[in-house]
Amino acid sequence: MPRYTRLSGLEPLVITPDLLFVNIGERTNVTGSAQFKKLIKEDRYEEAVEVARQQVANGAQIVDVNMDEGLIDSEAAMTRFLNLIAAEPDIARVPVMVDSSKWTVIEAGLRCLQGKGVVNSISMKEGEEAFLEHARKVQQYGAAVVVMAFDEQGQADTCARKVDICSRAYQLLTEELDFPPEDIIFDPNIFAIGTGIEEHNNYAVDFIEATRELKKRFPLSHISGGVSNVSFSFRGNNTVREAIHSVFLYHAIKAGMDMGIVNAGALMIYDDVPEELRERVEDVVLNRRSDATERLLDIADRYRAKKGEAVVENLAWREKPVQERLAHALVHGIDQFVDGDTEEARQLSTRPLDVIEGPLMAGMNVVGDLFGAGKMFLPQVVKSARVMKKAVAYLLPYIEAEKLRTGDVGKNNGTIIMATVKGDVHDIGKNIVGVVLRCNNFEVIDLGVMVPAQKILDTAREHNADIIGLSGLITPSLEEMSQVAREMQRQDFHIPLLIGGATTSRAHTALKIEPHYKSPTVWVKDASRAVGVAQSLVSKELVDKFMEKIRAEYADIRERHKNRGAAKTLVPLEHARAQRFQCDWANYTPPQPNKPGLTVFDNYDLTELRRYIDWTPFFQAWELAGRYPAILKDDIVGKQATELFADAQAMLDKIIAERWLTARAVIGFWEAVADGDDIELLLPRGARGEAPGMAPALRSEEKDGMRGQPRVKLHHLRQQAEKPVERPDFCLSDFIAPKSANKHDWLGGFAVTAGIGIEEHVARFEAGHDDYSAILLKSLADRLAEAFAERMHERVRREFWGYQPDESLDNESLIDEKYSGIRPAPGYPACPDHTEKTALFELLDAHRNAGIQLTEGFAMYPAAAVSGWYFSHPGSQYFVVGRITREQVEDYAKRKAWTRAEVERWLAPNLDYDPE
Amino acid sequence: MSTLPWLHPQRVALLEAAMRERILILDGGMGTMLQGHELDEHGFRGERFADGRDNNHTHAHDHPGSCDLKGNNDLLTLTKPEIIRGVHEAYLEAGADLVETNTFNSTRISQADYHLEHLAYELNREGAKLAREACDIYSAKTPAKPRFVIGVLGPTSRTASLSPDVNDPGFRNVTFEELVANYTESAGGLMDGGADLIMVETIFDTLNAKAALFALSELFRARGNRLPVMISGTITDRSGRTLSGQTAEAFYYSVQHIRPLSVGLNCALGAADLRPHVQTLSNIAECFVSTHPNAGLPNAFGEYDETPAQMASVIGGFARDGLLNMVGGCCGTTPAHIKAIAEAVSQCAPRALPSETAQAA
Repeated sequence: MPRYTRLSGLEPLVITPDLLFVNIGERTNVTGSAQFKKLIKEDRYEEAVEVARQQVANGAQIVDVNMDEGLIDSEAAMTRFLNLIAAEPDIARVPVMVDSSKWTVIEAGLRCLQGKGVVNSISMKEGEEAFLEHARKVQQYGAAVVVMAFDEQGQADTCARKVDICSRAYQLLTEELDFPPEDIIFDPNIFAIGTGIEEHNNYAVDFIEATRELKKRFPLSHISGGVSNVSFSFRGNNTVREAIHSVFLYHAIKAGMDMGIVNAGALMIYDDVPEELRERVEDVVLNRRSDATERLLDIADRYRAKKGEAVVENLAWREKPVQERLAHALVHGIDQFVDGDTEEARQLSTRPLDVIEGPLMAGMNVVGDLFGAGKMFLPQVVKSARVMKKAVAYLLPYIEAEKLRTGDVGKNNGTIIMATVKGDVHDIGKNIVGVVLRCNNFEVIDLGVMVPAQKILDTAREHNADIIGLSGLITPSLEEMSQVAREMQRQDFHIPLLIGGATTSRAHTALKIEPHYKSPTVWVKDASRAVGVAQSLVSKELVDKFMEKIRAEYADIRERHKNRGAAKTLVPLEHARAQRFQCDWANYTPPQPNKPGLTVFDNYDLTELRRYIDWTPFFQAWELAGRYPAILKDDIVGKQATELFADAQAMLDKIIAERWLTARAVIGFWEAVADGDDIELLLPRGARGEAPGMAPALRSEEKDGMRGQPRVKLHHLRQQAEKPVERPDFCLSDFIAPKSANKHDWLGGFAVTAGIGIEEHVARFEAGHDDYSAILLKSLADRLAEAFAERMHERVRREFWGYQPDESLDNESLIDEKYSGIRPAPGYPACPDHTEKTALFELLDAHRNAGIQLTEGFAMYPAAAVSGWYFSHPGSQYFVVGRITREQVEDYAKRKAWTRAEVERWLAPNLDYDPE
Repeated sequence: MSTLPWLHPQRVALLEAAMRERILILDGGMGTMLQGHELDEHGFRGERFADGRDNNHTHAHDHPGSCDLKGNNDLLTLTKPEIIRGVHEAYLEAGADLVETNTFNSTRISQADYHLEHLAYELNREGAKLAREACDIYSAKTPAKPRFVIGVLGPTSRTASLSPDVNDPGFRNVTFEELVANYTESAGGLMDGGADLIMVETIFDTLNAKAALFALSELFRARGNRLPVMISGTITDRSGRTLSGQTAEAFYYSVQHIRPLSVGLNCALGAADLRPHVQTLSNIAECFVSTHPNAGLPNAFGEYDETPAQMASVIGGFARDGLLNMVGGCCGTTPAHIKAIAEAVSQCAPRALPSETAQAA
C-alpha cells in the first residue's frame, strides 16, 4: 500500500504524484473574497453555497472555507456553512479545508466533517505545547494538517527560517505524536512581492527554494500556500496578477509545491502569458534584477483589462515569424490568413510534409494539451481544426506531387474508421469526435450515417485501420453495435472497437458489446475522452495496462449486474394495471378538436420558431456545461459560450434570410378509446383515400371494424415499479377514456422537421474544410426542429385542438413544461418502443406531408425532426416506463403479434431480465 | 494514542496470534434470537421495572410515566440476563470466536426513547459482563480457541451530518459534542465490564462514527490504556454508499486515523450485495477486514430468508478469494448460520495485511 495522503469527502481524494498539483478552491473565504464576505455577512447562505459549487465545478479538488472576520460569529458561520454544503452531493464529494487562525473555529469546523479534511493551519506561534495539543486533536478528529512556518519569533521569511521551522515541526509531529508524515502539509508562507520594499524582493525565491529543500527532506509531506498573496501589490490589475500567479506556480511546482489555494479555473497558462509581460514578471518573481518591479510597473497598465473585457489581441502577432503565426492561428482558431501563411511556410521547408509535421502539428499539440487539461473548450478546438484542415487542404496538391516523386507518405498516430451505425442518422457527436481526433494527428475516415456493418469492416480492412469507432443516438443502435462487434469477432478482427453516442453507456458496453468481441472494446464518454482512449489503444507501451483496467472495470460491472438480484422490485403486470392512473371518466368531458383530421404546414416561418429555441441543449451538444442564459456569464465557459452563441445567431440570420432550411410539419387528431394498455383509433371513413401509400398493416385492422370504420391499434407499455398506492403505475393509455366510459375522446399526433434542404449547405461547408460551420448548422437545425415541436404543441393547445385557448406562457415556462397535456415521442421514456413510429408516420403520411422518412432503425431523416403523440387529458404527465418484466414482454408480444424475441430486441434497454 | 499500552496485553496477543492463523468468526443477530422468546411488556420490565419506575433508583425523575419498554432489547441485559447469556452461549457453541455485547442501543440518546437515559453506563457495563462470563466459560472449555468480547457502540438514533428537516438542510438534531459525551459514557461501561475490544458498528453516518472514535481516543488517553478498535460501516443500498453518502473507500479514509484493528461492513444488505464493497475495503485497508451481512434482504414481512447454506456458500467465496479476516452475521442470522459460515471458511487462509504482503514480496 503506497503511502499517499488519503483524504475524503463523499468520495476519496488520494494524492498521488500523478496529480501533480492539487487545486484548493479559495473563493469560499471571507478574507480573500469580498463577494463571499458580503454573502455571509448578509446571511445569504444559499448564494454562498453556490460559490462553493462553482469552485468544485471549476476543478477545485478541495474547498477551503474561511470565516475569519471580526463582525461575523466565525464558529457559528463555519458550522452553518459546512452543514449546508454537506447536504449538496456535488460539493460534498470533495474534502474540506477548514481554514482559520482561531483554534475554536477550526474545532467547530472539524465537528461537521464526516470525511477526512484538512486543517489550515496550526503553527508553533504559541510554542510547542499548544502546537502539539492542536496537532493531537487534529489527529483525533481525523484530518490532515497544514503547518505554517511560524514560530515563537514570528512568521518565517527567509528560506533558512522556513526550512528550520518546518523541519522542527515535522520532527515534533512524527516523534511526539506519531503523526503520519503524509498528513503533514507545509505552508512556508507566500508573501507579496513587487511592493517597492527591497526586503520583499526575494520572498518568492525564498518560498521556492524552501519548497525544494522541504520536499527533498520530507518527500511524503506536501507543500502548499495561498497563491494570490504573492501578487497582492498589483491588486486592481487582474491580468498582471494572473501572470504573476502563473509564473510563480510554474517555478514553485517545479520545485515541489504540490498543493495550492487558488481561484480554481482562473489560472492563466504559463505559455499564454504575453512574452514581454512574462519576462518582466519572471524578473520580479525570481528577483533577477534590482529594477524588476519598476520595469513591471512600466508596462503593467497596458495589460490592465477594462471592466468586463478580455485583453484584446491586436494584430501584432502578424509581425511574428511564420511558424509562430501558424501556431497562433491554430490555438486561436483564426483561419483568415491561413493560406498565405501556409504557403510561406511551405517555401521555407524542404518538403511540404514538413509544414504539417513541423509547425502545424506543433500548434495542434498545444491545442490538444490545452483541451486535455480542460483549458480549451470544444468550440475552440473545432475552430482550431478548421484552420488545420484548411492548411492541410492547401498543402495537399504539393504533398501528392512530392509523394509521386519520392514515395514518402508521412506518419500519423493511426487510422480510425468512424460511422453512425445502420438505422441511425445522428452524427453531430460523431463529427465532433472525428474533429478532435484529427486534431491529434489521427487519420479519420468518416463513413457518415446509416452505415451497414459490412461496409465498416470492409473499409477498415482496405485502409488497414487501427481502430473502429461506432456512434449512435437512438436505442435500436445499441443492438446494431453489438451486432457489429459479433461480426468483427466472426471475421477475425483484432483492432480496438470504440463505442460512443448518447444512449450508449459503460454498463451497456460491458454487458452487451464487449462480451462479443475479444479484442479491446471501450466505451468513450465524450469527445474530450476520445483522444486519450485512442492514444492509449495505439500505444504499445500503454495499451496493455489501459485494457487491463478497462477489462477489470467491465468484468466488475458484469459481476455486479449478475449479482444485482431484483434491483428494484417490480410488481406483476396485473398489480400494476390495478394501480393504474385513475380518472373519474363519468364527470370528465374530453375536449373535441377544432380541426380533426390532418393539417399540413409546408413552409413554416423560421423567424417565428427562432423565439422558441431552448438554448441549453445547444450548449450541451458543444460540451459546454451550464444553463442558458447564465452560461454566457459563466466564469469558465462564459467566453466560449458567448462566442459560440454569437456565431449561432449570425448563422441563424443567414439560415432565415437565405432560406437554407425549410420547416415542414403535419399534425392530426383521431377519435380514440383506451383498450387495456392499448389505444384504439377510429379513423374517419375514406381517410385512406387521402393516403394511398398507407401500409397494409393499417388496412388489415379494418375488417373487424366495429362501426365499419377503419381502426388502428397503438400499443403502450406500463410501469411496473413498486409504488405506494397513491402513486400510479402509468401507461399512456390511462390518459384516454376507455370504451366503458362511453365518451368521445381523442388522440393527436405530429411530425415536424426543420432540416429540409440541409444537405447542400453541410456539403458546401465540408468542401470548404469547415467542420465548425457544418456542425453548427446541424446543431441549429436540431434546435429549430425542437422549437417547432414546442411551437406546434402550443398552437395545438390554443387553436387546433383548442383545449387551452387562453394559455399564455413565456418560453421559459414552455421549456419547463408548465402547460397542460403532453407530447411523448415513440422511442423515448413514456413509450420506449421505436417501432410504434411506423403507425404514427402512416397515420400522418409524414413522408408525403412533411418530407420525413423513417430509417430501418426507426430514426427520422432529416435528423432535425421530432414526432410524437398529443394527449390532452389534464392529468396526463411525462413518466418513464423503466424496467418491465418478462410477463409484460410476453403480453406486449401477444398484443403486437410479435415473437417474444422481437420485443426483447426492440426493448432491450427496458428488460428487467437477461433474455436467453 | 496509538502509543498507549493495551488494557489487556495478553488477550490482545492471543487475538493477534489467532488472526494471523485463521479467519475468526463473529457471532450473529441478537434480535432474531430474542424474538423466539416472545416476551411481552411484563417480560421486558422484569421485576426491576415492574412498578413503572426503576426500583433500583430512588430519584423521582427515573422512568416517569408508563412508557412501553417492550422492544428495548438492550434492557433485557438487566431484566432477563439469563436470556442474553444464553444467546451468547448459543453462538459460542456454534463456533464464534468473538461475541458482541447486547449494547447496540445502550446510549443516552437511544435510551431516551424509553426515558431510560440514566441506564446507559450500567447497560454497557452489565452487557460486557454477561458476554465476558459466557466467553470465559468457553475459553476454559476450548483453551486452543480463546473467545473474545466485543463491546458494541451502535449508531444511535440520530445522525450528525444529515438534516431531519427537508426545509433546512443546515439543521442538525444532534451535535458532535453530544455524541462524544454519549459514547464516552457507554465505552467506559464496556471497558469496566471487561470487553476485549470495542466495535463501532452499523455506521450509517460517518460523522457519528468519528464522534465515537474521538470519544474513544480521549477515553483511552484519560485512562492511560486502550482496547483494539473495530469499525464496521453500513452500505445502505445498492448505490454503494453509506446513508450519509460516502463510498466505501471514502468511508475508510475517514476512520483510518484511529488505526483500527479491523474495518468492515455489516447490515442493510445480504452477503452477495456487500461483496463489491468488501472487495474495495480489502483492496485498500491497511488493517484487518471484517464483514457481518444480513441473511439476505428482508422480505415483505421484514423477515430474512437466506438459509445458513445459502449464506455460507456466498461467504465461502469471499474467503476463498482472500477478502476476509473476520466474518459473522447481522440481522436475520442465527447460530445455524454462524455454524455454516464457520465451516465454510475453516479451510481458507485469512487475508494477509498489505504490510506483510509487501514484506514478503
